Order: sequence, then C-alpha cells, then structure tokens
Amino acid sequence: MWSFHKWFERHSLILLVGILVVVSIGGLVQITPLFFIESTIERVEGVRPYTPLELAGRQIYIREGCYTCHSQMIRPLRDEVERYGHYSLAAESMYDHPFQWGSKRTGPDLARVGGRYSDEWHRAHLEDPRSVVPESVMPPYAFLARADLDTANLGAHVRVNRLLRVPYSDAQMANAATDARAQAEPMGDAAYDFEQRYPGAAARDFDGDPARVTEMDALIAYLQMLGAGVDFETYQAEAPENRR
Amino acid sequence: MSYEQASHVAQTWGLVLLAGLFLGAVLYALWPANRERFNRAARTPLDDGEGDDR
Amino acid sequence: MAVASFRREWGADALGIFFIVALGAFCALWGAAHASDRAFAVQMWTALAGFLAGGAGLVYCLGRAPGGAPATKYENGVVKAGVFASMFWGVAGFLVGVVIALQLAFPNIFYFPDFGWTNFGRLRPLHTSAVIFAFGGNVLIATSFYVVQRTCRARLAGGLWPWFVFWGYNFFIVLAGTGYLLGVTEGREYAEPPWYADLWLTLVWVVYLLVFLGAIWKRQEKHIYVANWFYLAFIVTVAVLHIINNIAIPVSLAGWFSYSLFSGVQDALTQWWYGHNAVGFFLTAGFLGIMYYFIPKRADRPVYSYRLSIIHFWALIFLYIWAGPHHLHYTALPQWAQTLGATFSVMLWMPSWGGMINGLMTLSGAWDKLRTDPVLRMLVVSVAFYGMSTFEGPVMAIRAVNSLSHYTDWTIGHVHSGALGWVGFVSFGALYCLVPWLWKKKQLYSNALVEWHFWLSTIGIVLYITSMWVAGVMQGLMWRAYNAFGFLEYSFVESVEAMHPYYIIRALGGALFFIGALIMAYNLWRTAAGGAPAHEREGDVPAIAVAAE
Repeated sequence: MWSFHKWFERHSLILLVGILVVVSIGGLVQITPLFFIESTIERVEGVRPYTPLELAGRQIYIREGCYTCHSQMIRPLRDEVERYGHYSLAAESMYDHPFQWGSKRTGPDLARVGGRYSDEWHRAHLEDPRSVVPESVMPPYAFLARADLDTANLGAHVRVNRLLRVPYSDAQMANAATDARAQAEPMGDAAYDFEQRYPGAAARDFDGDPARVTEMDALIAYLQMLGAGVDFETYQAEAPENRR
Repeated sequence: MSYEQASHVAQTWGLVLLAGLFLGAVLYALWPANRERFNRAARTPLDDGEGDDR
Repeated sequence: MAVASFRREWGADALGIFFIVALGAFCALWGAAHASDRAFAVQMWTALAGFLAGGAGLVYCLGRAPGGAPATKYENGVVKAGVFASMFWGVAGFLVGVVIALQLAFPNIFYFPDFGWTNFGRLRPLHTSAVIFAFGGNVLIATSFYVVQRTCRARLAGGLWPWFVFWGYNFFIVLAGTGYLLGVTEGREYAEPPWYADLWLTLVWVVYLLVFLGAIWKRQEKHIYVANWFYLAFIVTVAVLHIINNIAIPVSLAGWFSYSLFSGVQDALTQWWYGHNAVGFFLTAGFLGIMYYFIPKRADRPVYSYRLSIIHFWALIFLYIWAGPHHLHYTALPQWAQTLGATFSVMLWMPSWGGMINGLMTLSGAWDKLRTDPVLRMLVVSVAFYGMSTFEGPVMAIRAVNSLSHYTDWTIGHVHSGALGWVGFVSFGALYCLVPWLWKKKQLYSNALVEWHFWLSTIGIVLYITSMWVAGVMQGLMWRAYNAFGFLEYSFVESVEAMHPYYIIRALGGALFFIGALIMAYNLWRTAAGGAPAHEREGDVPAIAVAAE
C-alpha cells in the first residue's frame, strides 16, 4: 500500500518537472543569447553613467511612476524619428537598472527630451502641467520643488551600480553626495571637481532655487540629459557589428 | 557566440526536438488505450463526493 | 493535562508559523529603527503591525478551540476567507480603476499638487496590482484550494499552513499596495513590489506550492484532474518568473530602493518574459483551472474533450513563454527575438482556442441552461471573451499591426477585454457558485441581481473596449499622419485632446463594471448571511449534489 502511494507522489512530481522543463525552453532560448551574442548592444561613443544627481532624478522618475505614461524608446518608424529624433539604441539604456522603455504613451516619448525645453519650462510644467500645456492630463508635481533631495545615500547608490558593472570610478563613488550638490549649485572647487569627474555633464541650478538642492533639481537634471549622449556623427548604423 | 551559430542550432536540432515533443504529447493524448482512462478522469468534478461535506 | 493539550494544539505547523512571524516582526522592527527614508519606515511599521496581528491571531485561534473543531472532510474555512478577500479586493481594485480613468478624463479634479499619493503614476500600479494580484490572486488561491480537495477527494494537508498562505499573501498585497502610495516601486509593470515584499512573496509562494502538492499527494483518485495541472503550472511558473525577474540588489537593507540585476535590453526582455507570462500563467493558466472545474460542475456535464484538454495544456504552457518579445516590437531588442515572439504569439492562438472550444462545447446538449442560469451564462460568456481576446492578441503581435497599436490605448482595451471579460467573469461565476456551496445554502439570495450584474458588466465591458479600440486606432493614426506638405499633421498634445470623449466613455464603462461588482458583493453577502442552510430545507443533501447524481 505504501509503495503504491509513493508511486502517486512520484507521478505528481513527474508532472511538476515536466511543467518546469516545458516552460523553461522558451525563456532559455530567448533570453540567454542576449547575454552572449556580441551584437546585442551596439558600440557607440558618448554613453556615460549617470551623475549622482541624475541617478537621484531617475529614482524620482521611477518613484512617481512616470513610466506608466511615458516611453523612452523611439522606434525606427518615419513619424517617430521625425517627431522624437534618432531611434533609440540598446546602448543608450545599457546602464539602466531597471530599463524604463515603457509601454504606453499617454504622454509623449521622453527618450530624447533632454535639451528640448528650458529648465524654466520643465519647472512650470512639473508644478502645474496645464499652465503651459492646457490640454495636458498630467498630474502636478509641485511637491518636488519643496522636497530637499536626500543626498546622504547617493554613495551607496553608486556603489550598487558599480557592483552591477556600471563603470563608476572610486572617486566618483567617494564623492557622490558632494558631486550631486555641485551639479545643482555649481560653485568653487566642488564645481571644478565635478566637471573633472563627469566631463560634459551640465551643471546649473535646475530648479531656480539657488538656496537648496531639491528633488526638482534632480528630476530636471535627469530629464535634461535624456538621449543627448550618443554621438550619431560617429555611429555607423549599417556597420556589421551594429546590425541586429 | 554569434547569431549564426545560435540560429543554426535552433533551426536544426531545436526544430526536431520540439516537433518530437509535440508529437509525443499528441500521441499520448490520442492513444486508443488511454481513452477509457481519460473518459473516467473527465467525470472527476461531477462525482467528487459532494454529499459527504461540501 | 494542560501540557498535553499544549502539545496537541501547537503542532509543527503552528510553531513554524510562529517562528516566521516572530522573525518577521524582528526584521520589521529593525528596519523601522534603522530606516534611511520615511517611506521605508512607514512600510516597516506596517509590516510590524501585520506580523504582530498575525502572531496574535495565531495565539487567539489556538487558544480559543481547545482540541480543535471537529474535522470536516474538507478544509472550507480558508476557501471562505479567500472568497471574502476576493470580493473585497475586487471592489477596491475596480474602484481605483474608475478613479484613474476619471483622472485621465478630468485631470483637474483628482490631483493635489502638494501630495504625490493620488497621482496617476502611483495609483496605476495600485490598480493593476489590486485587480491582478489581490483580486485575481485570492480567487486563484481560494478556488485552487477548493478544487484540489474535491478532485483529489482529500483534505488540504499541512494544518495551519493553508491559512499561512492566505494571510501571508494578503499581507504581501497590503505591504505592496500601501507602498505604491508612498512611491515605493521597482519601476517595472506588474513587478512593482519592493525587494522585501518580493522575498516575502517567495516564501509564501513556496508554501502555497507545497500545500497544493500535499493535497495531490494525499489524493484518493488515481488520476490528477486536468484543472490541477493548470493550477500547478500556474503556481510553478509564477514562482520561476517572480524569482528571476525580481533579482535585485537593495541600496541598503534599511531602504526600499533596489537596482535590478539586469539592465537595458536584457532587463527589457526579462521583464516582458515575466510580464507576458503573468498574463499567460497568472491570468490564463490559473483561470483555465477554474474553467475546467466550474463549467463542467455547473453545467453538470463532463468536459467536452479530455484529450483536447491535455494537448491544449502542454501546447499552451510551452508556447506562452515565448510570446514576451511582442511587447518589444521595433524597439532596441534584436530583431530575431522580436520575430520569435511574434511567431509564437500567432501560434498561441491555436491552443487558446482549443481551450475556448473545450469550455464552450462542454455546454453542448445543455445550452438551454444558459437561459435559466445566469451564473452559468457568466462562465460561458467569460470563455467567449477569452476566445475574443486571444484572437486579438496574436493579431496585435504581428509587427505591422503592432507598429500602429503599440503605445496606444488599443493595448489597454485589449487587456481589459481579457481582464474584465475573461478573468473577471470567470471569477464572478466561480464565486457565485462557491458561496452557496460553502455556506451550504440552497441557492443564491437573488438570481435577478445576478442578471443585473451580468448585464451592467457586459455593457460596461463593451463601452470600455470599443472606446479604447477606436481611440487607440485614432491615436496611432494621428501620430503617423502627414499633411500635404510632408510634415507631421498633429502635435502630440492634439492626440491627447482628441482622447477626451473616449476617456469619458471608458470611465463610464468602468463605473458600470464597478457597480456590477457592488451588486455582486451585496448578493453574496445576503446569500452567506441569510436563509436557512440548504440541508435543513432539502433533506440532508445540497440541491446541486442531487442534480449531480
């Protein structure tokens, strides 16, 4: 009787293993090659890790659920390229943990929103979207301008990114908090050091409030760098290593 | 690993393996000797001892 | 004497749960004390309250019933709790859905510039998680526990562990849901809960798998009925998806933010492998388990073709897992992966319709029951919606169609034809069956109210999906429209403006669906609370069982 029963048990375990095998095939065949086929990510110039302030801005972007209405993925279709700019490359989000490509455009794509509008526009738009775009259905984010940015943990954020093989240097990790402040309120030596550590990154008072570094600073700094990195002058879309 | 190597394996051995799996499942389901068993199994929800304690 | 009763009541199950709860409470207290941000502190205090309530509940229950209640043949209490939780979360989730639909239609009414809590970006994950995981998850847990006991003719194993699954799962829901309002999210659709909630769910899910398997191991039927195959595939695959997609490194053990292991294109595919199979295994395989039990049971006929159900099962679970990349057409995902995703999505049409045919044809020879039994009608219409949305899905997975539909509200309409029509209706049907069965009533409080629910919801769904379909196609066409001079004809915001009337119709459709659910909750409540038990009126045997013999 006991062995009879045991056979039943084994039967359900065979079913269990069968299910596991059958559902594993698809994932294995699709996902694992992305880590091994070299041409998955294009070779491009100009994609750099986020500055600590931008990283903090990205965290706010995630926190507020911006991805539920905005994509960051321009498709290679004529109208999209004309509306938003060059289609997005895999290389442009290779430091994005997690990716924020999105799936819905209740609002427009943001993959190349950087530099399209002034800081003042972003500020007014985030505080009261309908003050600048009357037809907008976006929620207001006025509270960001009143929230001081918590920079204390930014070093830890950079450290985790480094663990995930985002190429931050020791100096970038050690000075994350000061760099965040220097980018939002650039003054003196700190601003010079920031410029040395992140060449080309924009440093200015993004939120128009020179007395404080706010969450608004961080979010606008992030939005203003989106999509601006890749040098499409040197990018060869038709080169064999970039054809996928 | 290159795309060509990966796709070659998928389009030869992968194809044969998956077609074989599918045939196996279909054969198992349609095998005449299994008919009676499945007919009985199909009645499971209808006679599940509801009278005792639902 | 006291020692003996202590031993009997505090079995391994109670001690194990008590240990988990105590450890959890300690971790939550530690987290609250060391929290690096306010949101995490609130989360940890919430968790602590939950663990303390859990521990108190455990002690109270064990103390209250010395010797335990007389063992019935089946464990019904946890199923009853699941029915109650399903209805609660359903109403809550639909309500949040109506609110965010209204936010898009009337953005000036529902927003408070000084707080982020009610912003769309925070409420939207609350809505999706509440309906998918809270409502759908509780329906699945309740029905799977009910079905596995009946089809195996065995009582649930594990003593208090099934209760741990129920309360642990709902604790996860509360932790994740309150977190969204505070802005605690991992930023990937349907995988938003933070790392500590993910860890907790993993534990609960493993126990769920073991409890479910335990009933199968104890079974007195030789064959494992096909509904259990679908439930098992749902439980196992969701575990795999959940664990792999949520691998992340927290910035600090005392903070909510974490960075996912994968980035960019790899993260995108892993996420949509997860996301699409949350649809395939959570919202499809699990609910097909419901279909394969409740439709035959309610129609009092065996399933149309058991052989078809076997082929349907293996083909469905094999093909579904490949379909994820159709969410990433024309993106930076390599094209071979997109092609694979599209191909398998189109093939998926076949097993999906195999399931639909099996469900619908079970009614063959008994179609007249649809006229008199609104509950059976709800179940059958759910299968029809299943067929409709699993036809629309493969069409939308074709690259040319997807180039128009992607990023638009067409996708939202498609999802809701499956979610409201299929998942919603099959769940409602199962709950309408379960309440009289579990509370031992002869029938529902009111069949007329079921009719009201059915028609209000159906009209609501039709309004929802047609408005979103028309609006989505319009959006897609406006975005790609060119004028005579070769310039883009519309600015983006013009497409937003054009959505206004459709957003209103959609909100109306959602409101009708919500009102239907309220009617259902009232009806179920009156059914459970009122009237004499069935066996007191109809001899000792419930009416349905007589019909079954």
